[in-house]
Amino acid sequence: MTVSRRGFMAAAASAPVLMTVQQGLAQGVAPRRGGTLQMMLTPEPPVLQIGVNQQGPTLAAAPKMFQGLLTFSPTLEPQPLLAKSWTISEDGKEYVFSLQENVKWHDGRAFTADDVVFSIMKFHMELSPRARAIFTLIETCEARDPHTVRIVLKQAFQPFLLMFDATAAAIVAKHLFDGQDYRTAPAVQRPVGTGPFRFTEWQRGNFVRMDRFDDYWKQGQPYLDTVIYRIIPDSQSRRLALESGQVLLSQASDIEPFDIPQLRQRPNLEVNTNGWEYFSPLSWIELNHRVKPLDDARVRRAMSMAIDRNFIINRLWFGVGKPATGPVASTTRFYDANAKIAAFNVQQANALLDQAGFPRNAQGVRFTLKHIPLPYGEIWTRLSEYLRQAMRQIGVALDLESTDAGSWARRVGNWEYETTINFVYQFGDPTLGVERTYVSSNIQRVTFTNTGGYSNPQVDALFQAARSAAVAAERQRAFSEVQKILVEDVPQIWLTELAFPTIYDKKVRNVITTGLGPSKSFDDVFIAG
Amino acid sequence: MMDFWRRFSRNRGAVVGLAILLLVFAVAAFASVLFPGSPWDMATAPFVPPGEEGMLLGSDSLGRDVAAGIAHGSRISLMVGAVSTVATLCIGVSLGAISGYVGGWVDDAVMRFTEFFQTIPSFVFAILLVAIFTPTITSVVFAIAVVSWPPVARVVRAEFLSLRSREFVQAAEVLGKSRLSIVVTDILPNALSPIVVLSSLMVASAILLESALSFLGLGDPNLMTWGFLIGSGRSVIRIAWWMSVFPGLAIFITVLALNLVGEGLSDALNPRLARQRGGAA
Repeated sequence: MTVSRRGFMAAAASAPVLMTVQQGLAQGVAPRRGGTLQMMLTPEPPVLQIGVNQQGPTLAAAPKMFQGLLTFSPTLEPQPLLAKSWTISEDGKEYVFSLQENVKWHDGRAFTADDVVFSIMKFHMELSPRARAIFTLIETCEARDPHTVRIVLKQAFQPFLLMFDATAAAIVAKHLFDGQDYRTAPAVQRPVGTGPFRFTEWQRGNFVRMDRFDDYWKQGQPYLDTVIYRIIPDSQSRRLALESGQVLLSQASDIEPFDIPQLRQRPNLEVNTNGWEYFSPLSWIELNHRVKPLDDARVRRAMSMAIDRNFIINRLWFGVGKPATGPVASTTRFYDANAKIAAFNVQQANALLDQAGFPRNAQGVRFTLKHIPLPYGEIWTRLSEYLRQAMRQIGVALDLESTDAGSWARRVGNWEYETTINFVYQFGDPTLGVERTYVSSNIQRVTFTNTGGYSNPQVDALFQAARSAAVAAERQRAFSEVQKILVEDVPQIWLTELAFPTIYDKKVRNVITTGLGPSKSFDDVFIAG
Repeated sequence: MMDFWRRFSRNRGAVVGLAILLLVFAVAAFASVLFPGSPWDMATAPFVPPGEEGMLLGSDSLGRDVAAGIAHGSRISLMVGAVSTVATLCIGVSLGAISGYVGGWVDDAVMRFTEFFQTIPSFVFAILLVAIFTPTITSVVFAIAVVSWPPVARVVRAEFLSLRSREFVQAAEVLGKSRLSIVVTDILPNALSPIVVLSSLMVASAILLESALSFLGLGDPNLMTWGFLIGSGRSVIRIAWWMSVFPGLAIFITVLALNLVGEGLSDALNPRLARQRGGAA
């Protein structure tokens, strides 16, 4: 045993597997080759070609097959992946990435800088609105040699590197897409990437199977032979599958929050709420500022003060997640812990509404607002039911309307709502994931823009300053300032920093090592014997 | 009247059903006395088992009192049952009467129209209607009425067909009574007993239909109903069985009571039939 461990240490000193072996050893176990990891995918995605589909399930499964240039640590520091190193010029405009050599696509072709240029400038530029918004800042993107990519920006953009994770801009094979309609190319149905697992079989409604890619560029990895995603539509069956050991890992919203306390008590399972630092989803009551009296900041502040966020976390989400303190999640960069929304206080909230000139009528109601619960499952309906009771205490009547997911998106996009619930990913940086909800230039008839219609020139200017500043300290100043204004103005009533626990059998190791949780490549994951 | 009660009470099940039904009415009437405040209020900790912390039937996932939910929900269930049955009768009786009394091509047209509605699976149709008109209490009642009138129309038509050639109808016609008054004052009263029996059963099926819609999340989100209670308890049944079991029992008992009463009414209103059945048993 000692010999084999020493052997591993020797290999670790020279090979790029250094990190993972250390992690393995830190847990007292050397990585073990072999085994099948069964997981679940909910709901079943239409296609697994990342970029063509950018929804949660695809973002969870596809990074096993596709990789980005970088990945991110839990503190959102860039880590090498397909790019082994990179340099950024003084003025923050020029980025040079040196790529890993000996990287092969699953079809055997060599991976080169041309693939990277194609992926950035053509593939994601056309398919992804989020990537397009950032990549239009690129002046030139060129392959200097087969293993070097140089990108020059029109202006400095500090969060630029955050766009190179597999979930934001996965690198796809140029030879399989160039000159075709990206959405209908044959490769969409049989994904080909550079990741540690290659696509082998997909029985619709049953499972997706990926097998070990023997020519994977990290030596000795991946450890697992096979990764299987099972499709189990019913949440109680998913819980049973996890409890019985049929599947070894659950992620995102596979498991309903109310099942988590029981699963925490099972000695063989690990419930890990880390790994959402990159996405940092923040939930809020989405207010339409065009509806009176929601244009009055005092009303919004009073409504925010009437909500017991600890109750929401403890009673509804069973302790998973954190109460929100402002527009920026505490795990996102440039979060300012000093800018906090007013604490839960029903009396003060009532006083504020009295002051604002909204007296109670005979039924004790000041005004009535319509409210659309988020149609993403039961827990969101419960949340709206709680909010209706909380608002009643300050004399605000919430009238609930049910819709389906399609109408919800349409109505929010068309501003045809008074209040609803929304949650939005922050993508690590306020410029990428927070700004869009508050700047007046982004008031659009599209979901996940500033659909509420909040407009404050000062906020606009500060977000702009933070966007164009090349130095982190300067951006921090602007973001701190804007957070102070926003927590007073309460343009949206922030509720919680959501966390989706990843629950797995303790013998599965190295599951959560990055800021992307289960959306990583799993090349270092192994099942201890 | 005494005679009616004597015949009704001969069916012991019917009396029990009536007693249960009166109890449900009493709970509905006194819901706000028994459980003051809104049934949506969080009264205690979540998932309190029945009998603890003053929760007679336990609390749900938000700490709401299940007993209060059932009591307040009984109002909605009975109201939906009653209103949608009245609406159903309005549609069904008028179409059935027209079709049965007028006959000829009108009969054909009305019956084809009825069959059109009968060929669509009623529950699927109800879901569709509620989904289109967004779930509110009015759209739920409307949907239930729209899917449940065809049987009424057919029964009423059959009664009218057999009654309209009777002598007393012919006599009325000869006397020069208007058609409308013949239908309303001569034929309808004689066709009433099957309608009464049918409608008591329809109240039961309307309650079931409303509960099924609420269970699927298609109920009015602002009203506490039995179906909603079961629907919200379904996913946590392994943690809190009481959340779905008690409202389920409430539905079961109420629907059973309505069916028993319906049977009793049928016995009381069709004495000949009842005597035959009694003889067989």
